[in-house]
Amino acid sequence: MENPITSKKLKTIEEAMSLIKSGDRILVSGFGNSGDPKQLVAALSKQPIKDLTIISNDLGSPGIGLGALLTAGMVKKLIGNYYNWNPEVAEAFNAGKIDVELVPQGSFAEGIRAAGVGVAAFYTPTAAGTELSKGKDEREFNGRKYILQEAIKADVALISAAKSDTLGNLVYHKTARNFNPLMAMAAELVIAEVGEIVPAGTFDPECIATPHIFVDVLVRRG
Amino acid sequence: MFQMDEESAKIRIVKRIAREFMEMSAEKNLFVNLGVGTPTMVADYVKSDNVFLQAENGMLGVGPAAEPGKEDPLLINAGRVKVTETSGCAYFDSATSFGMIRGGHIDATVIGAFEVDQEGNVANWIIPNGKQLGVGGAMDLVAGAKKVYIAMPHTNKKGQPKLVEKCALPITGYGEVDVVVTEYALFRFKEGKMVLEEIAPEITLDELKEVTAAEFVVSENLGVLAE
Repeated sequence: MENPITSKKLKTIEEAMSLIKSGDRILVSGFGNSGDPKQLVAALSKQPIKDLTIISNDLGSPGIGLGALLTAGMVKKLIGNYYNWNPEVAEAFNAGKIDVELVPQGSFAEGIRAAGVGVAAFYTPTAAGTELSKGKDEREFNGRKYILQEAIKADVALISAAKSDTLGNLVYHKTARNFNPLMAMAAELVIAEVGEIVPAGTFDPECIATPHIFVDVLVRRG
Repeated sequence: MFQMDEESAKIRIVKRIAREFMEMSAEKNLFVNLGVGTPTMVADYVKSDNVFLQAENGMLGVGPAAEPGKEDPLLINAGRVKVTETSGCAYFDSATSFGMIRGGHIDATVIGAFEVDQEGNVANWIIPNGKQLGVGGAMDLVAGAKKVYIAMPHTNKKGQPKLVEKCALPITGYGEVDVVVTEYALFRFKEGKMVLEEIAPEITLDELKEVTAAEFVVSENLGVLAE
């Protein structure tokens, strides 16, 4: 077999994990079982770190995917929107073991995008007047109630892509795109798990969904 | 009082909504987001080339569920069902997807509910201290879609009305409901009032009132709830 193509951003999964510390706020992509960085998450769940704030759409299933982090007691706080697939979240929250901040999925996505594009906060009618608006500034525009949603940023983003080129330009596969391009913009350190690395210039520039400026580290999916 | 079995009730409800979407899409494209569960079944009965399904996890032009053996594990709808593509479908990130919803580009959404009250408020996201913790895209959908359809059984498992005077459970959105379809009736919210427009052929108006705690007015053109 020929030597696989390499990249200056390519690291081993162990090297990538050494960049994550206790107490970090970590964005993790994916919706259900699509578009989540499965190997990065599996490796993270074995690290001797704790007090993590995990910012993700959902938390996998009990013991599976991101669920493994909760099962392993590494989570201090969750910020996300849909934990119905993992009943361990409600259990841990009701028992006072973890903090959970629910943000409606659209406000969650837009909040991450805002963090990535230098917007501190924005007003949205979503959740106005509901329990999820508690503590959030409310203002009326054109006779409708809006609430202030702050940007959601993080220390680290763990994302997943179908392919990268040697520069770190990313392309995705179907509904596996979901939160990946947003999270790639919203963290100090972005680690992307990719299925394949191809030479720069291979992708049609029109098809690159995440330009390489947003990507710091590549880890090849094993 | 006439009781409908659960499956027949669901089919009646989703067929009625499907018919409305076919009428709405007769002369223009209709963009629809279907919630998880019963609402998803609406797609099975919409026969129109002008109705495009949007999934909030980042797809416009969602096709039917994939046949066994032909699934792509990364191609799912928002209920995690492995689905297929339609000709001309598109993929996009979650912010763009919710931009479609929150920006008022989605014509209609169909969702289930625990309760709907006479002011058009809906509670469908959480039962406090329960086993599930999640809101998903429900609040974005009710606030952003042009029309909100509620597809739900008329009463809960204890036989109590789900159409109530005032929602007791946490609200998903205030005054956002446009249409409610149950196995017994179709109501539309018009100028702040809940109007009964169609009633199931098997029941009387008095019987409907017995299982409806919300106050409603009866349309002058009261029709029969037909699929």
